[in-house]
Amino acid sequence: MTDSNDDTRTSRRRFLTGAAGLAAAGATGAAHAGNPKNLPPNIAAWSKTLGDGVAVRPYGHPSKFEKNVIRRDVQWLTASRESSVSFTPLHELDGIITPNGLCFERHHSGIAEVDPDDYRLMIHGLVDRPLIFTLDDIKRLPRVNRIYFLECAANTGMEWRGAQLNGCQYTHGMIHTVQYTGVPLKLLLEQAGVKTNGKWLLVEGGDASGLDRSLPLAKALDDCLIAYRQNGEMLRPEQGYPVRLVVPGWQGNMWIKWLRRIEVGDKPWYTREETSKYTDLMENGKARKFTFVMDAKSVITSPSPQVPVKRKGFQVISGLAWSGRGKIKRVDVSLDGGRNWRAARIDGPVLDKCCVRFYAEAEWNGEPWLLQSRAMDETGYTQPSKDALRKIRGVNSIYHNNGIQTWALKANGEVENVEVG
Amino acid sequence: MSKSVSLIVAALLLASPAMAQDKTQVGKSPPRNYGVGQVATPAQIAGWDIDVRPDGVGAPAGKGSVKDGEKIYLEKCAACHGEFGESAGRWPQLAQGKGTLASHDPVKTVGSYFPYLSSVFDYVRRAMPFGDAQSLSNDELYAVVAFVLNLNDIVDDKFVLSKDTWAQVRMPNESGFYDDDREKSEKAFWNSRPCMKDCGPPVKITGHAAVIDVTPEDKTPRKGGVE
Ligand code: HEC
Repeated sequence: MTDSNDDTRTSRRRFLTGAAGLAAAGATGAAHAGNPKNLPPNIAAWSKTLGDGVAVRPYGHPSKFEKNVIRRDVQWLTASRESSVSFTPLHELDGIITPNGLCFERHHSGIAEVDPDDYRLMIHGLVDRPLIFTLDDIKRLPRVNRIYFLECAANTGMEWRGAQLNGCQYTHGMIHTVQYTGVPLKLLLEQAGVKTNGKWLLVEGGDASGLDRSLPLAKALDDCLIAYRQNGEMLRPEQGYPVRLVVPGWQGNMWIKWLRRIEVGDKPWYTREETSKYTDLMENGKARKFTFVMDAKSVITSPSPQVPVKRKGFQVISGLAWSGRGKIKRVDVSLDGGRNWRAARIDGPVLDKCCVRFYAEAEWNGEPWLLQSRAMDETGYTQPSKDALRKIRGVNSIYHNNGIQTWALKANGEVENVEVG
Repeated sequence: MSKSVSLIVAALLLASPAMAQDKTQVGKSPPRNYGVGQVATPAQIAGWDIDVRPDGVGAPAGKGSVKDGEKIYLEKCAACHGEFGESAGRWPQLAQGKGTLASHDPVKTVGSYFPYLSSVFDYVRRAMPFGDAQSLSNDELYAVVAFVLNLNDIVDDKFVLSKDTWAQVRMPNESGFYDDDREKSEKAFWNSRPCMKDCGPPVKITGHAAVIDVTPEDKTPRKGGVE
């Protein structure tokens, strides 16, 4: 049983039908109706008394009424929390930026707590001058700001064989989008001087898993960053404080956290993380390797199983779309499981290898909906159906499941993760 | 150009890169040396340079036998990975699984899936035992990896692993991988004019997550509000 997740120790069925369920439902109902003492014509309690003063909350937290907006894990997935994953509550968010404390976590040996004074980044191998940088060194260099999505290649990996997890937090929550501040990796490599036979980099983390991956030099020189800030503040420990690698559009496993070493070589290393893991097993028993790019994908975040519909009438359908190949060009939404589509409205920035927020508005009168969204990127790639993916890849590949998600909206407003055919 | 016009042009130039998220705007050639960073000494590099490649480049000095490896394995690995690599509880399985990769239930292990000796060796060297990383001596490391190979019938009971015998080890699934071919094998997904109307017959629900019921219990209100 989990203790950091927020569950009551009752099963969901009891939650919905039993005594505890009635109490909880009553509480929700009360919250809806509100406390009459705070409602017009009465004057609300907070309108009459002083609240906390400045600096009482020196590092601000969300309202106490938003306690439900947290990362959650699925305990049966892994043997230990130190090598596991927690999921971003996508269903509670809007816009494109993920607040720092809600960015999903994936660790292989827990969160390393790196002392910034003892932080070192080593660059060596096929270079003219092997170098060691301190954090201060890195901060002295010219820097840039970029907003990118980071998606784990295993996001939606539990859904290959059919609808499993009932909530977009669990089906799609291994993604976050933040603004990074950092130094172009190209600039750092130039300080060391890459020799002409340098073709690949080994990038390695400084935690107790020493996670190492092979990164093609061409990508490193194109758009990778050595980042130390997310959304303006220093990286969170769980995101690799003080320095992480940013590999735009490519699978999250390569975005090495607590980055300690970059070695320039002439061939890939075939590390455990790019052979045993992060290879995509096809039906014939052969596996694709080095499937770095994240294909275009989208998901409706609301309504979704954790955000049921409360009222008939006007509804705003909202979701996220992204592509590792460039900008999102269009997002379509279907209410009938993919038979008929309408273009959604994208609101907010449309950036390279970044999430966009989309909306579709519709009237709902209690009829069953099968909600889907379909992303298209600027290369013309269009998000496929789950069955189209399975036809090519089978169901064993774990990674890169970017198939179209279906949510069934029932007459009572409940939403469920379903498979359609 | 008048001063005010050039100011407007400058403002536009400043504004557009932000929206386009342009590629690296600093560090353009010719590269500039910022005089930042210290030269890494050979001793500093040697202490951190622990990666090993399939061709054995990076493998340290030392050696270890299957026999010595068995002792180390039972002491430091078996509690999680099982006496025979079969896994204890939900910890990763290290052995068996041969011939399962094309089945409905593929079992990926060192023997059935890893393509190279280095893929195991490099990993154990940096990450195992879980929670006590980089605690094995080089001889212990060679020995315990030799034993894991032996559990997978890749080397015999008398085998001694070292730099010298590295090239003798051939992993069964070495040819099991091919380069990302999505742009060819999934070319059909590049379809910028997807169907918008009456696409196929009406769809039916064929599976329910709620029936599988493996979702963690959380406090999110899932009940619809509509009577
Ligand atoms: C406390 C439990 C524990 C102990 C003890 C332990 N391991 Fe592990 N081992 C793990 C976990 C957990 C992982 C997966 C970690 C991850 O992927 O983040 C793992 C992964 C591995 C893998 C990779 C498996 C794969 O399929 O990719 C190998 C090989 C391995 N361990 C070998 C060893 C050896 C050799 C020892 C003893 C020296 C050892 N382990 C001790 C928990 C343990």
